[in-house]
Amino acid sequence: MRRRLKRGWILLASPLLLSGCGSEYVVLHPAGPVAATELHLIELSAAIMTGIILVVWALLAYILVRFRDTPNNRAPYLPNWRGTLWLEALVFGVPVLVLLIMAVPTIKKTYALDHIPSRHPLIIDVTSLDYKWLFEYPQQHVATVNYFYMPTGQPVLFQLTAHSPFGAFWVPNLGGMEYTMPNRVLPLWLEARRPGVYLGRNANYSGVDFWRMTFSAHAVSPAAFQAWVRQVKRTYRPMTEDDYRRLATHFDLVGQETYSAYPSDTFPERFREFTIQGLHYVPTRHP
Amino acid sequence: MRPWFIHLIKLLFPPQVLLPDIVGIDIGLTLSALAIALYLTKARRWGWLWREWLTTVDHKRIGIMYIIAALIMLFRGGVDALMIRSQLIVPEAHFMGAQQYDEVFTTHGTVMIFFMAMPFFFGLFNVAVPLMIGARDVAFPRLNAISFWLFAFGAALFNISFSIGGSPSAGWFSYPPYSELQFNPGVGENYYLLALQVSGIGSIATGINFLVTILKLRAPGMTLMKMPLFVWSALVTSTLILFAFPPLTVALGLTMLDRLFGASFFTLAHEGMPMMYANLFWIFGHPEVYILIMPAFGIFSEVVPTFSRKPLFGYEAMVISLLAITFLSYGVWVHHFFEMGAGPGVNVFFGLSTMLIAIPTGVKMFNWLFTMWGGRIRLSVPMLWQLGFIPTFVVGGASGVMLAAVAADYQYHNSYFVIAHFHNVIVGGTVFGLLSGMYYWWPKMFGWKLNERQGRWAFAFFFTGFWLTFMPQYFLGLEGMTRRMASYPPGLGWGGLNAMSTIGAFIMGVGFAILVYNIAWSRMHPEWDTTGDPWDGRTLEWSLPSPAPAYNFARIPEVHERDAWWAMKQRGETDAVKLSPDQVEPIHVPKNTPMPICLAVSFFVGSIGMVFAWHWMAILGGLGVVAALAYGSLEDDTDRELDPTTVLNTEKRLGRVHP
Repeated sequence: MRRRLKRGWILLASPLLLSGCGSEYVVLHPAGPVAATELHLIELSAAIMTGIILVVWALLAYILVRFRDTPNNRAPYLPNWRGTLWLEALVFGVPVLVLLIMAVPTIKKTYALDHIPSRHPLIIDVTSLDYKWLFEYPQQHVATVNYFYMPTGQPVLFQLTAHSPFGAFWVPNLGGMEYTMPNRVLPLWLEARRPGVYLGRNANYSGVDFWRMTFSAHAVSPAAFQAWVRQVKRTYRPMTEDDYRRLATHFDLVGQETYSAYPSDTFPERFREFTIQGLHYVPTRHP
Repeated sequence: MRPWFIHLIKLLFPPQVLLPDIVGIDIGLTLSALAIALYLTKARRWGWLWREWLTTVDHKRIGIMYIIAALIMLFRGGVDALMIRSQLIVPEAHFMGAQQYDEVFTTHGTVMIFFMAMPFFFGLFNVAVPLMIGARDVAFPRLNAISFWLFAFGAALFNISFSIGGSPSAGWFSYPPYSELQFNPGVGENYYLLALQVSGIGSIATGINFLVTILKLRAPGMTLMKMPLFVWSALVTSTLILFAFPPLTVALGLTMLDRLFGASFFTLAHEGMPMMYANLFWIFGHPEVYILIMPAFGIFSEVVPTFSRKPLFGYEAMVISLLAITFLSYGVWVHHFFEMGAGPGVNVFFGLSTMLIAIPTGVKMFNWLFTMWGGRIRLSVPMLWQLGFIPTFVVGGASGVMLAAVAADYQYHNSYFVIAHFHNVIVGGTVFGLLSGMYYWWPKMFGWKLNERQGRWAFAFFFTGFWLTFMPQYFLGLEGMTRRMASYPPGLGWGGLNAMSTIGAFIMGVGFAILVYNIAWSRMHPEWDTTGDPWDGRTLEWSLPSPAPAYNFARIPEVHERDAWWAMKQRGETDAVKLSPDQVEPIHVPKNTPMPICLAVSFFVGSIGMVFAWHWMAILGGLGVVAALAYGSLEDDTDRELDPTTVLNTEKRLGRVHP
C-alpha cells in the first residue's frame, strides 16, 4: 500500500515541478546579480539533496520488497548482524563528502554577497513603520512611501531600520531579505539588471496588517531615474515633522506618497552598525 | 451595575473575544465539564479519581495522564491548524479576522510544541524508561507528579486565555518589541509568559528526574552501552532540557518584567535591545527542536529492530550520533536569524555547524535502513509510522541542509519554505515517532492492543494528508509567500497550491479522527494482551505482564547483554523472570500524595493573579506554593512497604510464580 501511496505522490507532484517555470516563482526569476547568486546556491543544493532523497527512497523501497516477513521469502535472514565496519565508515563518509561539496560554495557566496561591487552605490534609507515603508534618498534628498525608484545596472545600498516591531525587507526578484530592527541600522545591497516593477513585502510578522505591507520597486534606466528625481523635486512638497509623526504613530495602511525633501532627523544615523571601506561593510562598535 | 463590576467583565471578556465561535466553544466546554462532573458524582467516582489518579506518584499512571493530555492538546492544536488552513484556502477568504488569525497561529505553534509534543514524549518516557532499565519507579516519584501537574495547569492556563481575556498573538517565539505593551496591550501575552514559565519548571524537573533515574537506577549489569537506545535518547533529551530551558526562563522573565513592572529590556522606547531576546530565545529554541526529535529517534531505534527481528545496526554509531547531535545543537541557534546583520563570518560559522548536524542524522537514517536489511519486516502499525517517517524525514532533513546554505536562506527565510521544512521534520519526525511509540507501548500501558486495521487507516490518511499539506508549501515559499499572512490577494498565483495544502490538512484531520475512533473502539472491544509480549519484543519491559504491577519488578532482573529479553527468549530462559515463593522480599513503594496537585493549583492561582496584575491573588498563589513546598518537606510518612504475601499473591495472580 505504501508504494501505491508514493506513486500517487509523484503524480501529484509532477504539475508542481512543471509549474516551476512560471513567473509567479519569484525566487526562481532573478532580476539582478544578488538574486542570481542566491538562486545558483539554491539550485546547487536542491540538486544534491534530491540525489540523496532518491537514494534513500530507492534503498527503502528495495529493502521493503526484499525483506518483508512473508512465508516464502528467500532473502537471507541475518538475525545476528550488528554492524560491519566498512559499511559504517561509508555511511559516515558519504554525508561528510556531500557537505564538503555544499560548504565551499556556501562560504564563497555568503562572503561575496557581503561585498558591494561599486565604490559609489546609490543609498536608500529604509524605515519600516506600522504598516508602511518609508524610503529616503540621502544623496538626492527625496523621500517616498511604499514605493521607490532605482537605476538599473548600479548597486543600491539599503540602510535598514525600523520604528516599529521587527520587519523584514524582501524583494524576491532582486535578492534575499534583511530585517529592519528598531535601534539598529543594517546594510543590504541589491542591484537590478532588468528594468521592471518588482513586488516587495514585509516578510516578518509585525502586527495585524503586516501582510498588506507591500511596496513596489521600480527599476528604470539611469537616465529615467535622474528624470524621476528631478520631477519629484519639481512637483511635490517636502515632508514635515508632522507628516513623519503621522506616518510613524498611526498604525494604519497608506497608499504611495512622495516628498521632495525630508527632515534629516527622521533616520537614526547614529545606530549605523557598519561603515563602508572600499567594497566591504565593516562593522563598527557601539559606544 | 457597579462600575468595578463592569470594569472586571470588560477585562475578562474584552470585546474582540466575544466572537460567536468562541462563545459557542465556551458554552460547549462548560456543558462538557458539567457532564463529566455529573457522571463522576452519579457513578460515585470522585474518590476513585482522587485516590487512583490525581494523587498518584506511579510513573505508569503519570505517563498515561501525560499521553491523554497530549492527545487532547493535539486535538486543540489541530483545530487551530484547520482554522489556519481554512482561512488560506482561497485568496481574500473571510473565515476569520486578522487579529483572530494571529491568535490562532500563535496558539497553534505554542500548543503543539509545549503542550502536545513535549508532554507526549514525557508520557512515553514515564511509561517505558523505568521498565526498560529494570527499575521500580523513577528516581523522584513525587517530583515526577509535580512535573506533570505543573505541565497540566500550565496548559490549562494557556488554554483558558481564549475564553477569558484573549489569546496571545505574537507568534510562538513572541519577538519583542511586538510582544511588548506598546503593541500588544491585552493580557494574552501575559498568559503566554506565565503558562510557559510554569510548565517550564515542570520540564526542567522532568529532565533532572530522568537524568538521575537513568544514571542511578539501572538493573545490575546494564552498563551504559547495554541500555536500549530509547533510554539513551531519554538521557540526552534530559540533558538538553536541563541546559536549554534556563535561557528561555530568562527571556520570558525579562519580558514579564517589561510588561508587568515597566522595565525596558526589549522595548522600542529607552533603547531596549530586542535583539537580545532573539538570541536568548533561540539558544533555547534550537536545542528545543532536538529535544522534540531525539525521543522519536529513540522510539524508532526500538521499533525497527523489533519489527525486523534483528538487532540494531551500528549501536555504537547510534549512541555517538545522539551525543554529537546533543553537543552540536547548542552551536547552531543563529541560523534562525541569518538576516539580522551578524555578518558573513558569524553566519557562515553557524551555517556550517548546522550542516554538520546532518552527518550524525544521516548516519542514523542509514543505520535504520541497514537494521531492516537482512531482517523479516512485519508491517504492524508502529512499523508503518516508522516506514512513513524515513521517506518523509529525509526530505525535511534535506531541506534543512538547503536552509543552512546561508546565502540561499536569505531567500527562504520567513517564507513558506521554512514552514514546510519544520513541519516536515516535526510532524514527519516527532509526531510520526510519538504515534509509533503510542501504538507500540499501548498494550503495556493498558493491557489491550489498539485495533490494527483501524490503525492502518489512520496512518494512511494522516500520511497522505501530510504530503498533500506540506509539499506544496515548499513551492509557495519559492513564490514569495511569507509565513503568518492572514490572507493574500489574488493574482500572485498562490491560490492552487494553498487549496491543495488545505485539502491535505483536512485529510490529516480525518486521520486523527480515525485514530481517536481506533482508541475508543479498541477500548470497547479489547484485544487482551495476555503474554505481556505482544510484538515479540527485545527489551525488558516486554518481560513484564501488561499492564505491569505497581512495583514493576518483583525481583530486579540481571542484565548481561543488549536486548536482554530477546537473549533470554533465545536461550529459552524466560522462566528466569518468574519468582520462587522463597525469594519474595518486601518492596518499598512511595505513597500517594496530594502535595503535587496542590502545588500546581497554587501556581495556577498565582499566575492568574500575575496575568491580570491582581497582586493580592498573585501573593495568595505564592503563599500557596510556599505552603505546599513546606508541607512536602515536613511530611515524613512518604512511603510504605508492600509485605511479601501481597507481592506473592499479586505475582501468583499474574502467573509468574514457580509452582
